[in-house]
Amino acid sequence: MNTQTASRLGLILLLAPLLVWLTALLILPHVDMLLISLRERVAPQVYERSFANYTEFFIEPLYWRTFARTAIMSISATAITLLIAFPVSYYIAKMLRGRSKSFLFLLCLVPFWVSELVRTFGWMILLRESGVVSNVLQWAGLVDGPVEMLYNDAAIMVGLVYTSMLFMVVPLVSILDSLDDSLVEAGYDLGGNGFTVMRTIIIPHAMPGIVSGCIVVFMLTLGNYLTPILLGGKSSMWFTAQIYTQFITRFNWELGAAFGFLLLALSTIIVWTGLKLSRQTLSETMG
Amino acid sequence: MTRLDENNNEIDLECRDLRRTFGNFVAVDNVSFGVPKGDFFSILGPSGCGKTTILRMMAGFLEPTSGDIIIKGKSMLNVPPNKRPVNMVFQHLALFPMMSVAENIAYGLVRQGMNKSDTATKVKSALERIGLPGSGDKSIKQLSGGQQQRIAIARCLVLEPAALLLDEPLGALDLKLREHMKVELKKMQNQFGTTFIYITHDQSEALVMSNHVAVMNEGRFEQIGTPQELYYHPDTSFVAGFVGDSNRWHGKVDAIDGSVIRVSTSDGISLLSVPAGGEKLVVGDEVDIFVRPESIIIAHDEARAQEMDNRLSGNVVSVLFNGANSRALVRESKTGGELDVALPQTGEFSGLSAGQQVFLGWGKQQSKAFASVNSPTNKGHGG
Ligand SMILES: Nc1ncnc2c1ncn2[C@@H]1O[C@H](COP(=O)(O)OP(=O)(O)OP(=O)(O)O)[C@@H](O)[C@H]1O
Ligand SMILES: [Mg+2]
Repeated sequence: MNTQTASRLGLILLLAPLLVWLTALLILPHVDMLLISLRERVAPQVYERSFANYTEFFIEPLYWRTFARTAIMSISATAITLLIAFPVSYYIAKMLRGRSKSFLFLLCLVPFWVSELVRTFGWMILLRESGVVSNVLQWAGLVDGPVEMLYNDAAIMVGLVYTSMLFMVVPLVSILDSLDDSLVEAGYDLGGNGFTVMRTIIIPHAMPGIVSGCIVVFMLTLGNYLTPILLGGKSSMWFTAQIYTQFITRFNWELGAAFGFLLLALSTIIVWTGLKLSRQTLSETMG
Repeated sequence: MTRLDENNNEIDLECRDLRRTFGNFVAVDNVSFGVPKGDFFSILGPSGCGKTTILRMMAGFLEPTSGDIIIKGKSMLNVPPNKRPVNMVFQHLALFPMMSVAENIAYGLVRQGMNKSDTATKVKSALERIGLPGSGDKSIKQLSGGQQQRIAIARCLVLEPAALLLDEPLGALDLKLREHMKVELKKMQNQFGTTFIYITHDQSEALVMSNHVAVMNEGRFEQIGTPQELYYHPDTSFVAGFVGDSNRWHGKVDAIDGSVIRVSTSDGISLLSVPAGGEKLVVGDEVDIFVRPESIIIAHDEARAQEMDNRLSGNVVSVLFNGANSRALVRESKTGGELDVALPQTGEFSGLSAGQQVFLGWGKQQSKAFASVNSPTNKGHGG
């Protein structure tokens, strides 16, 4: 056996587990889901191929409203996360040096050492009617009775932004770290002010990091289940909850599968639009 | 009020008792100088002596601890970098990679609020002047190192600054391009007539391009002068050692006869020299003696070197052939010390080879004695 075939065999053997994993866990379930979403139950145990599940989504206002609301909330959460994370990342990457830099960066990581469930319960302890914030407000005399801060959109937003922060800060810090200080200085030297230097030099440089952070945060938010349900309660109207209901409560796998594919399509379209608007390519932002 | 220098040139830019400390460390120590309009002024010094610190204070990126910077008659203290009439060419150029060549050059003009058509005309003429017409739409990465260099300079010069500050702009280039860019830079400076303040640790860059050079060491200016003054009349032993190559001896003053001193060196020879540092020397003072390789006469027979004030003989250790700048390394026979000697271009020594005996001699005016300062930075750099 010559070395070339040997190395090729080695490559195949190396790739084999990955291929098995991809096929078994990603491709097969998705193909199966697609098939399920494209059938309609006409009688017990009898199925027919049809688009009925997809048409149902557009006919029933609750479904597509939830869908639209989830998309808008996710986009807003992504935008808010970016607005908060950018100055934080800039401060960490450009203003700090040495010890304090790694310390602050670590501080952003700390909340992620506990599970999302625990973190979300933490927010519930703070925001509920008998919670910390409510008690502090009463003690300070700012409100008369207990206030309920859970189960509204603001609570959902707080939870989502909090959960997503790290995934925005990490790519931003690393891309801002790679910005040569002398470029910023050259911007000022040539007559730029804080605003124009930010707009013409810092943001264009950080664009791949901004876009990749936004993609990750948007996907995580759109597919999030725990945070909207726990902090938003019944009023959360999150699309993943709708999928859950179809699969688990209603035992309507056909509709649930269709919803799953619609969510996939939605996130693909929004990410694609985002890339086009920011004139970035996927390979550039992820590479 | 405008100040004038000794030749009645208008002083464009001036530093007065400029000082900057970092904690207890004094990076720039009471430096004062004035640069006349249109001058090519270099600050030459070893790494870490505080050159960049001075430049960054002029550009406005660092606050001076004390002292004043005056540009065009106005104090620049508390004026932010974007309001100062000077521009800086950064060591690694700092061209904006997200913009095209034309956008880079237009950057400052746009910030000044110049309209589109005027900006475009200015950018076009700037590109023509630096020999890159039609490159406006290229991206920075498409240009060679030397072309990027010119863009970085043009980007500043279109703003017609009172002075252009350059921080070792040739440092990142390879040797050949560096030689070429030296000439190019000087040409550009002539063409635009802008004052250049140029920082370098490479003495040949400073000597070739500048009208005036300040030699800097450990935060202070040792001497300011024309390249010729620094080379032929160094004020301090640091300057003598740093500018150009020198053979160097350490010794004690044996006798003083008017303006001539006799020094016995630590390796046991006796040399006639002139005191050069301006200090008053007395018998017994420790001195350093510097002799340029090209001041030494080399001869095959003893008679030729006979009339010189200082005479030595030795054997060639090696010939360092470099065309017109060829040198011979000679081991002195009495002490075993090595001397660097320039070979004359008469062809007489083209056959010189290792092992041959040669006779060396030089005049007392060519050996300059400075009172010895026993600091470690005063060592080295000699031939
Ligand atoms: N921000 C700073 N904090 C502390 N020390 C500094 C700072 N900037 C410069 N220094 C010190 O000041 C001294 C002079 O630095 P500077 O950068 O001016 O040197 P330089 O002459 O430009 O050297 P080089 O030729 O290597 O660029 C150095 O010893 C450096 O360590
Ligand atoms: Mg420097």
